Amino acid sequence: MTPSRRHTLEHVLTIDQATYDAIVAHAKRDHPDEACGIVAGPEGSDRAERYVEMVNAAGSPTFYEFDSGDLLRLYREMDDNDEEPVVVYHSHTATEAYPSRTDIGLASEPNAHYVLVSTREHGNNEGPVEFRSYRIVDGEVTEEEVTVVEQLPAPTPKTESPV
Amino acid sequence: MAIEVRIPTILRTYTDGAKAVDAQGASLSALIDDLEANHPGLKDRLIENGDLRRFVNVYINDEDVRFIGGLEAELSDGDQVVVLPAVAGG
Repeated sequence: MTPSRRHTLEHVLTIDQATYDAIVAHAKRDHPDEACGIVAGPEGSDRAERYVEMVNAAGSPTFYEFDSGDLLRLYREMDDNDEEPVVVYHSHTATEAYPSRTDIGLASEPNAHYVLVSTREHGNNEGPVEFRSYRIVDGEVTEEEVTVVEQLPAPTPKTESPV
Repeated sequence: MAIEVRIPTILRTYTDGAKAVDAQGASLSALIDDLEANHPGLKDRLIENGDLRRFVNVYINDEDVRFIGGLEAELSDGDQVVVLPAVAGG
């Protein structure tokens, strides 16, 4: 079957509706400050399964940073669960949903989908937001398609060779 | 005995993919020099102008080293050091 639409973007972020809604709600709630967080998933699975809202320790409309103690606890927890950050999200509250120079310079998770939400249009109020996703590797930004699904598809079982 | 240093994904290119390596040193500064001797290039990713980089967090036994002396923070055998890049941006 031929896809009805040609995919021009190489990578895709697949995210379930509830997680998408949670990220948008967080961004709206924290506006005009930037909101931030992650969605963790099993290592190597590329499945954004566990939504974790973080506090923006910078409490700023132009900057975000996880508190260093929170950061350590988060990474220990992921380590214990064999998880990694599948999505790293934050909001821009006065500019478009595109990585800033600072975002690009500080991006340190080459396997993550960097999600940017812009609340510049409706702020704390209802209304659509820009929700975009990128790979940021070695200073290079590649936008990817975002596919919102009702539920993530069942994980593909690992094929193991017989003993 | 030695000190275990947990290496974040982005710096594993310096450790042949290892998530943790052993190193030695009585202070964080000495430990980083020891790391550099075995994993050249790592020091520059941790230190800038003689101090820890602003957006790299280093913890000794779960304490952010910024609160316990920075590069002068003391280390003993069996301590665990964790390196985590800040999750931050604009």
